[in-house]
Amino acid sequence: MTELLVKNAFVIDPIWHINGEIMDIAIRDGRIVESVSDRAEVIDAHGYLTLPGGIDSHTHVCGTKVNFGRYMSPEDMRAGRTQRHGKMHVTSGYYVPTTFGNSYRYSAMGYTTLLEGAMAPLEARHTHEEFTATPHQDMLANTLFDGNWAVMDAVREKNIKKAAAIVGWTLNAIKGYAIKLTNPGGTEAWGWGEDLTSIHEPVPHFAVTPAEIITTMIQANELLKLPHSVHLHCNNLGKPGNYQTTLDTFDLVPDLNPDRQTLYATHVQFHAYGGGTWRNLCSKAEDITRSVNNKPQIVMDMGQIMFCRTMTMTADGPMEFNLHCLHHNKWSNHDVELETGSGIIPVTYSKKSAVNCIMWAIGLELALLTKSPWQCLLETDNPNGAPFVKYPEIIGLLMSKRYRDEESATLHADTEKRTVLSALEREMDWQDIAIMTRAGQAKALGIVNQGKGHLGIGAEADLAIYPIRTDSLDPAREYRKVVEGFQKTRYTIKRGRVVSRDGEIIVDGANATFWSNATIPEDLRVDNDPEFVRRFQEFYTVRMSNYPVQDLYLPRGRRVDTEAFT
Amino acid sequence: MIVHDVVCPFCGCLCDDLELEVEGDRILRVQNGCSLAEATFMNDTRLPAPIRRTTNGWEEISYDAAINETADILKDADRPLLYGWSSTHGEAQSAGVHLAELIGAVIDNTSTVCHGPSILAIQEVGHPGCTLGQVKNRADVVIYWGCNPIEAHPRHMSRYTTFATGFFVPDAQRERTVIVVDTRRNDSAGIADEFVQIEPGGDYAVLSALRAIVRGKDSVIPKKVAGISKEQLIRVAGICKNAKFGAIFFGLGLTMSRGKYKNVRNAIELTDELNRHTKFVISPMRGHGNVYGSNEVFTWMTGYPFAVDFARGIAFYNPGETTAVDILRRQECDAALIVASDPGANFPRDAAAHLAKIPTVVIDPHLNATTALSHIHIPCTAAGIDAAGTAYRMDGVPIRLKKVIERGYPDDADILKKIYHHLNGERGP
Repeated sequence: MTELLVKNAFVIDPIWHINGEIMDIAIRDGRIVESVSDRAEVIDAHGYLTLPGGIDSHTHVCGTKVNFGRYMSPEDMRAGRTQRHGKMHVTSGYYVPTTFGNSYRYSAMGYTTLLEGAMAPLEARHTHEEFTATPHQDMLANTLFDGNWAVMDAVREKNIKKAAAIVGWTLNAIKGYAIKLTNPGGTEAWGWGEDLTSIHEPVPHFAVTPAEIITTMIQANELLKLPHSVHLHCNNLGKPGNYQTTLDTFDLVPDLNPDRQTLYATHVQFHAYGGGTWRNLCSKAEDITRSVNNKPQIVMDMGQIMFCRTMTMTADGPMEFNLHCLHHNKWSNHDVELETGSGIIPVTYSKKSAVNCIMWAIGLELALLTKSPWQCLLETDNPNGAPFVKYPEIIGLLMSKRYRDEESATLHADTEKRTVLSALEREMDWQDIAIMTRAGQAKALGIVNQGKGHLGIGAEADLAIYPIRTDSLDPAREYRKVVEGFQKTRYTIKRGRVVSRDGEIIVDGANATFWSNATIPEDLRVDNDPEFVRRFQEFYTVRMSNYPVQDLYLPRGRRVDTEAFT
Repeated sequence: MIVHDVVCPFCGCLCDDLELEVEGDRILRVQNGCSLAEATFMNDTRLPAPIRRTTNGWEEISYDAAINETADILKDADRPLLYGWSSTHGEAQSAGVHLAELIGAVIDNTSTVCHGPSILAIQEVGHPGCTLGQVKNRADVVIYWGCNPIEAHPRHMSRYTTFATGFFVPDAQRERTVIVVDTRRNDSAGIADEFVQIEPGGDYAVLSALRAIVRGKDSVIPKKVAGISKEQLIRVAGICKNAKFGAIFFGLGLTMSRGKYKNVRNAIELTDELNRHTKFVISPMRGHGNVYGSNEVFTWMTGYPFAVDFARGIAFYNPGETTAVDILRRQECDAALIVASDPGANFPRDAAAHLAKIPTVVIDPHLNATTALSHIHIPCTAAGIDAAGTAYRMDGVPIRLKKVIERGYPDDADILKKIYHHLNGERGP
């Protein structure tokens, strides 16, 4: 039995409606309890800001394309490297760090749970191998179904149950957590070097549209009672005028679940562009947030960009090729048979580029114009918009109009004409930030009842204690201190153990991986369907028996069971 | 007993549809495999126990003694090299990286003498590729450049390309155009629809010519380029541009001939250019079964696919300096641990000769040419035969190698962990 008592913590725990109370937090064997014995180890938090461990609900940190981002970028590996030191392994990389680099830096920032944004089922084993080498965060994997042949067949047959059965089998086989759709239908079209330009354009050879894929998968997701909703990267990412596609997509979404959203729309900044060319690009954040403010069934994340060099990586292969044709830098592409695509290119977001400046403003506008912070979460689509180490700066920008104005003054002159940011007075408070960086994520991912994102009795004892005294710090003026405070916790506690202190990792990690297991009736199971099995054996290049990821790849697997079809 | 869907660990194809008949610790029969697979499973003659060189021969020693002495050798070394890794599973590769980090060694894998130049090219211009099933289901044009799959990857054509039935290519043999480019008429050329015979050293020029034609600059092409007529070049470029889905596979004929990584870069840029007209992909024909896995494991742990030097405490990478051949040639290395590979057979003579001068330890299931240069040889399991573990196919698809029999050998990952423990007190990696 191990016990820990965190005393004098200034706690914000939005899920339990605690907004800034000095409290003691008792921890036994990794969980929060009512009280501990007087033998418990004591940490004095000295009134510092204490939040549930940070959760990133959309980041790219592990798996085939992330690792290829490293593989092709020795220049980035040189840009961030640390020595072996105490319990810390060598790390390399700034915008695509090695797994240990990701894990240590997230931990130093108080993050204890991460959702990998895109895992191709065929390559899931790779993602799980990297999860075990990302030791200080619990992990979950979005699983790509955007170009899944069997799913598209079920969509065409209007067979929601079959689509659900395919998803359920796949998640179980490859230990995935949630449904991810990246440019639905578009990644299959990219198998022929094509893309789709509207949610009503049919996928070549499959006679289904993105709209049909999205609506069917939403229904299938709820039939499976999966903890998270469908997680969508909309069609037409990064194209001027794409906001209309985004609005049309949002209009497809019914409100089906009382406990959480029905659709999670990711990195919406990249999907909120007006205009028709790069020359007349403008912000449509007002239109997007008007829609979201009227639709409690939608949660989005910002997809904020920050000015720096970084790497874009996504399953959206055609988008990456288009971007490559603009940037003329190196380009990698990796299409995955019967499932999805992917692409990787490095980019530099520059204040000298009007387009980049408008993108920067749109991300902030989305957050500031969304009334409920539960509906717009803080992310950069790491590393696409910026590496996650930039999150503290984004927090600073959201909390300080002065910081935004000072930054805006350094941007391309066209920015103000084509965005509304300078007119937005809103300054977020500590609770807003707590929601946008952990509580909102926990709720959106459906892991509150797994003990994530809050500090109630029975919760997992994941805590972040930041060296911030909210009573003596005015974030609107002293935003630099806010940024510094969120860069490095005093303590990060993971499952009841101090893992990071003042940015130094002090223990070997032991993370868990959450995955979804929906119980599917015998007569609907696709592994009992001879046609499904025949097509699998015929068109995949691995045998169906070699496809599932064995349990041993998840040394601390946490199965989330659902009673599907009930 | 019949074991189904067995993965052959030999080459980068990682065919996973073999059937093995096994009895006790013996494999009796291999079905569905190529001749290389059959040899891998059937001719698996192991060194029975660890051996140490004596003044006039070899003596058998215990595993504990071999492990202790290996740890002592590495402890005494100022510039140790850990090399090989491509014929074992990811678990051993990972243990190797941890060991290298602990002792400040150089760790390198066999890419250094095969597709290292391809990696350098990819680091300059990227890699437009795909999984092999994309090619199988879609490709109507397949190009083999500087490689001979019939001999080196015997089932590549039947499982993934030329003869494989694909969803959009139901009649593969009729619907696919196969182009072979090589300096000599190899076996694979015999089944090509178009054979392009390049003068040795002419790959770069031919790739440049094709790029120019694809860009519509036919007029700048001379009558012949590296022995290829302008007519044939225009015909080949036309086949590529008119393809619905084209796939280039290339081998050491491109990476190890004059121009090296520049050849590969040019081939990738041709692929990039073709994507402005249709869909095209390019992939290296990786040799050893899990050489790609060694690149993957090294990359997520250190940031670099090969040639990683931990001497400065950080991971440092500079091919040409931190590559195994160069460290040996400069006689900089004062101890070597060779795992799951045979540099004695395929390193340049002076590099191999240096291995014989320094204390070299081999961890490998089989006696090989490197044994003759070594001080100690520790036999172990063979991944995919009597050890399970992860391997990455040439296209990045991770597959779990099966353990089909038990032969009583220790796993190389466990041997490496024991060495690690010796060097680090009781702390594990």
